[in-house]
Amino acid sequence: MIASKSLVSKLLVVVVCMFGFGYALVPLYDLFCDITGIGGKTGQIEQVVAAQERIDKDRVVTVEFTSVSTSGLPWEFRPEKNKLKVHPGEIYEIMYFAKNNSSQSVVGQAIPSVTPGLASKYFNKTECFCFTQQTLAGKEQKDMPVRFIIDPDLPEDIHTVTLSYSFFNAQKYAQN
Amino acid sequence: MSSTAEHHHDDHHHGPAKGFMRWVTTTNHKDIGTMYLIFSLVMFMVGGFMALIVRAELFVPGLQLVDPHFFNQMTTMHALIMVFGAIMPGMVGFANWQVPLMIGAPDMALPRLNNWSFWILPFAFSLILSGLFFFGGGPASGWTLYAPLTLQGGIGVDLTIFAIHMMGISSIMGAINVIVTVFNMRAPGMTLMKMPLFVWTWVITAFLLIAVMPVFAGAVTMVLTDRHFGTAFFDPAGGGDPVLYQHIFWFFGHPEVYIMILPAFGIISQIIPTFSRKKLFGYESMVFATAGIAFLSFIVWAHHMFTVGMPLAGELYFMYATMLIAVPTGVKIFNWVSTMWRGSMTFETPMLYAIAVVFLFTIGGLSGLMLAIVPADFQYHDTYFVVAHFHYVLFSGAIMAMMGGVFYWLPKWTGHMYDERLGKWQFWLTTIFFNITFFPQHFLGLAGMPRRIPDYNLQFAEFNFMSSVGAMGLGITQLLFIYIIYKAVKGGEKATTEVWEGAEGLEWTVPSPAPYHTFETPPVVK
Amino acid sequence: MFRPLGNKLLSILVGLVSVLMTNAAMAEYALNLPPPVTSTAEEILTLHNLILLICLIIFVLVFSVMFYSMFAHRKSKGAKAASFHHSTTLEIVWTVIPVLILIGMAVPSTATLVRMEDTTESDMTVKVTGYQWFWQYEYLDDDVNFYSKLSTPRAQIEGREEKGENYLLEVDREVVLPIGEKIRFLFTAADVIHAWWIPQFGIKKDAIPGYITESWVRIDEPGVYTGQCAELCGKDHGFMPIVVRAVTQEEYAQWVAENQAPSDSTVSSANQGEELNAAASVATN
Repeated sequence: MIASKSLVSKLLVVVVCMFGFGYALVPLYDLFCDITGIGGKTGQIEQVVAAQERIDKDRVVTVEFTSVSTSGLPWEFRPEKNKLKVHPGEIYEIMYFAKNNSSQSVVGQAIPSVTPGLASKYFNKTECFCFTQQTLAGKEQKDMPVRFIIDPDLPEDIHTVTLSYSFFNAQKYAQN
Repeated sequence: MSSTAEHHHDDHHHGPAKGFMRWVTTTNHKDIGTMYLIFSLVMFMVGGFMALIVRAELFVPGLQLVDPHFFNQMTTMHALIMVFGAIMPGMVGFANWQVPLMIGAPDMALPRLNNWSFWILPFAFSLILSGLFFFGGGPASGWTLYAPLTLQGGIGVDLTIFAIHMMGISSIMGAINVIVTVFNMRAPGMTLMKMPLFVWTWVITAFLLIAVMPVFAGAVTMVLTDRHFGTAFFDPAGGGDPVLYQHIFWFFGHPEVYIMILPAFGIISQIIPTFSRKKLFGYESMVFATAGIAFLSFIVWAHHMFTVGMPLAGELYFMYATMLIAVPTGVKIFNWVSTMWRGSMTFETPMLYAIAVVFLFTIGGLSGLMLAIVPADFQYHDTYFVVAHFHYVLFSGAIMAMMGGVFYWLPKWTGHMYDERLGKWQFWLTTIFFNITFFPQHFLGLAGMPRRIPDYNLQFAEFNFMSSVGAMGLGITQLLFIYIIYKAVKGGEKATTEVWEGAEGLEWTVPSPAPYHTFETPPVVK
Repeated sequence: MFRPLGNKLLSILVGLVSVLMTNAAMAEYALNLPPPVTSTAEEILTLHNLILLICLIIFVLVFSVMFYSMFAHRKSKGAKAASFHHSTTLEIVWTVIPVLILIGMAVPSTATLVRMEDTTESDMTVKVTGYQWFWQYEYLDDDVNFYSKLSTPRAQIEGREEKGENYLLEVDREVVLPIGEKIRFLFTAADVIHAWWIPQFGIKKDAIPGYITESWVRIDEPGVYTGQCAELCGKDHGFMPIVVRAVTQEEYAQWVAENQAPSDSTVSSANQGEELNAAASVATN
């Protein structure tokens, strides 16, 4: 019976650990995505400075911009232009236009995604409206800038990078 | 031989208590095993009824019987009930009855826990079913409960999540019980490598359960807090990630598939040697193949989600790893066929079932191999090809193995031989209707019919018609299954101690029916 | 006992045959993947046929051994059980051979997959957004933007009218695409996960909210190609078809000219925004 008890407690420890592991998958997955770029989440600001010192004037990469204003967010939302030809290592700015079509104030959160996924960690933003929640009062409209830089280490076979923003209604998650 | 079992200690003289309270308070592994098996059968009929609603709606093109939302509830609950209500508790029922008998233990190691783990189940499944009566109905986002669709559901989803917690606890307690029993209660001389293969497959299954049920519990808890408590694990609006849910779910979901099939392999590995009158071929390699399959199940999960847009390297890795599973699975099939080779075979109902499982499961296994090929998977994914695949694996694998197991051990459990003629009828009807139901679904999937749709284009009409006819036959045949069991419980030809001519193992050394208490003095295994 | 059952089976068979006959003109009894119209789908079909063939050969070999054994080694024929239960040689053989077969399957699969995932150097880009329960198409290079919804009348679904040939596979606005060009698709969704699938193109990709994923096609032949949403997305998951009309490049250019958004795009997208939200709210009710 003593043997049983110690075995049972060991097994229970495994159970608890595996429950924790389920939760640990959340940060582990983020980490994994950062390393491999799977999630299409864009790169970190810290990398920008280093990238800037190596502007690659010979190389041209096409950056495409798209947008989605998701269901439940009564906003109009689009980039000022569809594409831009850029040199890796140089900083560019592009404006996104947003307008609240409803008469109430709404909090939104933009979620960026880059494809191909492998390009995402070479896509660095110095300024973005996606860094924080955005609030638009009823009928308010706004131009929002994104400033970005493509890392010169972007793999040679990538010629086009697409940046997409999905704007979600984040009223539920509003930070006051 | 039977004298061992008939020798009672004084304090155990009374036998089972009488009436309803016997079943509520029992800690006897045979009582609890019986309850699990009956529960599983009831859930099998409930889940089967839901499948018939699905098939009835799909009988001809157009919406006739149910609205699409109710249709989605039926497909979702059919799967949840079959997976968690019919197959898993059914296998636990077999484990409760057979593991102590096979290793010469007087009972499970933790009898009171055993009682608890059973009695949680009826409440858990009442909770799932009660969702149907609330506003918004039961869960309707598929048994995989993918976010963000699950975040939209009604209160039925919350009830399902609580039910999953409860049955998760039940499964984990059951698994702990099996492991402790096998490690601590084996009869003298019963070394690990002498254990019957059914016991081995169950130990490995139990470890899988302990490893992945908590992960699933975590995943649905995250869904619950996303729904009601302001977290955003999977809700993109709050910075969550819907694909993360799929990763966590399938980290549980793939081992879960083996949780359902490994004990079935165990049952088959008991039946085939008995009716071939020959020892199981390659016992050691069977054990290692089982362990190998269990290990691989942890590293292949993303093959369920090739279409989410993984990078090439990820797709290639999961394709190769998944293809590898064919190797240990193949070893098992070859071993079973070699066991039959130059045996002295007879074909009673359990053997018919075992052969059908080997044959039909292999169809499911090979279509599984086809699904592993990523480019081809892009065509098969989320179509009826997949529906056909997993029914070949789970119905003609797990369920039919359990039916074979019931016929195999029923004489030991009840003391009466079942009606062999009816048994054969039930077998042939089940097998034929099963194939009429599911084989055409391969063609439907290839032709382009997505799964989980309540209505379809006319080009899919013929095969759907065929499939629905088969399903009705398959459903009705199971009433015969219940009748055969009922008849054997009530009476019939007396079963001998050995029951089957070629049977080997400790369970065939106790009288039929197995007395309430067995192996109170441990048998000695040479 | 057998006769009545046999009769019943026969009558079911007769019923089936009659169903078949009545629909024969309309539907081929499709047993395999539909005819491919892109190189990707073509390669997938070849791969599918190859692997199916290998699986069938293995299946027949293994089970001819089993059925021979069931026939020859039965007790009723006086077979005595042998006592062997182990053979290291055999076990090595049937581990190694499957590994070799698997490698043989993996090589062409990998080659096809690498080609499928190469979206570079495309001629045009179409962004596809999944909604509950319709699709939005944006031609990023040509300024065309529209929604595409099921157009099958309710009466057909509810059986008050005869079902047409394209029942549930017809939309109010078809996606028009040029043949011969490498078309890159971007996929995303506005609410839950959907999946965009056209069997004859050989592409199926999830459209996930907050994510953008990509795939490509090059269509060989003009024609109308249909598909459906392939990821459960709620109540009307079965009612959001995809219809692509592939046309020559000249016809495509003409179609673009006719469908381009007016120059004052602010007004038009504002309208679309309202239309979209109206549609979404109708859908959730």
